Amino acid sequence: MIQFDKVTKRFPDGTEALKEVSLTLPSHQLTAIIGPSGCGKTTLMKMINKLEKPTEGTVLIDEKPIMGLDEIELRRSIGYVIQRIGLLPHMTIADNVSLVPKMLGWEKGRIDARVRELLQLTGLDPDTFLHRYPLELSGGQQQRVGVVRALAGDPNIVLMDEPFSALDPISREQLQDELQNLQKNIRKTIVFVTHDMDEALKIADSIIVMRGGQVEQIGTPQQLVAEPANDFVRNFIGAERISRQRTFGERKLKEFVSLFEKDWRGEAQKISVDATVTEAVEQLSASGLPRLALMEDEHVIAYASDRDLLRAALHKEEGAAS
Amino acid sequence: MSQIIDTFISRQEMIQSAFLEHIYLSFVAVAIGIAIALPTGILIARYRRYAEPIIGVTAIFQTIPSLALFGFLVPILGIGSPTALVALIIYALLPILRNTYTGITGVDGSVIEAGRGMGMTRTQILRQIELPLALPFIMAGIRTATVLTVGIATLATFVGAGGLGDIIYRGLQSYNNALVLAGALPVALLAIGFDLVLKQIEKRMTPKGLKI
Repeated sequence: MIQFDKVTKRFPDGTEALKEVSLTLPSHQLTAIIGPSGCGKTTLMKMINKLEKPTEGTVLIDEKPIMGLDEIELRRSIGYVIQRIGLLPHMTIADNVSLVPKMLGWEKGRIDARVRELLQLTGLDPDTFLHRYPLELSGGQQQRVGVVRALAGDPNIVLMDEPFSALDPISREQLQDELQNLQKNIRKTIVFVTHDMDEALKIADSIIVMRGGQVEQIGTPQQLVAEPANDFVRNFIGAERISRQRTFGERKLKEFVSLFEKDWRGEAQKISVDATVTEAVEQLSASGLPRLALMEDEHVIAYASDRDLLRAALHKEEGAAS
Repeated sequence: MSQIIDTFISRQEMIQSAFLEHIYLSFVAVAIGIAIALPTGILIARYRRYAEPIIGVTAIFQTIPSLALFGFLVPILGIGSPTALVALIIYALLPILRNTYTGITGVDGSVIEAGRGMGMTRTQILRQIELPLALPFIMAGIRTATVLTVGIATLATFVGAGGLGDIIYRGLQSYNNALVLAGALPVALLAIGFDLVLKQIEKRMTPKGLKI
């Protein structure tokens, strides 16, 4: 758990990047920090690994103030992915990924095993990629390695500073999907800075919306879309997305079957595919179960979680404007 | 042509010892030049506000005509090879210093930021990131300095430090063009030879990942 307690950042020229920000980033969740450029989101994130220091206030990790911690050790215990990738071009992929484990003093066998395991986890064949150099890889592959490198030292916390924004739209979508899948397995505390609302809504467990060094709203993607706290958040999410969400409630589940999962090994709340989305959301939360089982003629044809429902709400239909 | 070959043969011993003196002067000057300019370049890349003044000073040295510089140093250091070495070192500084500085400050900021974020210390960033990535620039500076030094070392003869300049000077005084060439050709060969060797070293040392 990462806590900010009345954190203010004032630069020497007097501008305040952060104004008494207090908030908590829960463990094992992916929290997105979003806002227009200059809102302080990157400064906020960089305070977690002491690349920036608060002028006033305290940052705590697991209830310990980080002020007293050695910054080098702290940084080695936190994963860090930057927007411009930042792989060391003169080192092979293997050397890049093993940088932090080496600094942590792991033995060679353990490092090698870890590097292979992580590359495999992100869909990069170790035998093909280990001895390549960064410049031989595509942008998407390089940033996959960037993510792998951040995870190499097995940190509890991973900071990501607009990691996918420099990629082409297709790679970006792919890496977002992969990050979601990866997070299901690794359950790290991820802090993800972005300026792309679609990205935040898609991958985050909770979203912090910032403007001018202050927090405008904190909530789950669903909460943000359903109840934007003010006009700024509403505009930032986009009127079009919100109205889609409104009319979406009256549409029937069967329209979205193709977006839902086909398999689920666990309990699920049964519901007819002819039910509306609003009914589905109500039944799912009333049941307390993780999934809905969509029934057609007594057969289950798909499973949906609340997240899948949200995805459906954000899904841009083919042929639809924008 | 045959006259030149005759000169080479008849003055073989003299040319040989001048050649060795020349190599000695150039080599020692460049080595000391590296020893001074490389650490200074690293330092001014870290403390950048001192960079322009320090590079400026070495640039001013560079503008002093070489013959004049040798002349200035004689009253201070007397005649002999130390004087020649000091002058040559001064000329070797600028290319090495400037290229080291440019090379290090030119390293992509995102790579440095990644290094800091991963918890590398300043020394680790210097040794594992900045120096390897700046190496092609630094080597280019050393090559420039070497060629320059080999050329200017011909003037060492005027402060009594020997070298191939002796032979050229003797040839000029006795209107013996063959003798001038017998001094000048080895200088040119030496400059080209040094440059080729350094080019190979540069190729070897350039990190593989940068050659793609």
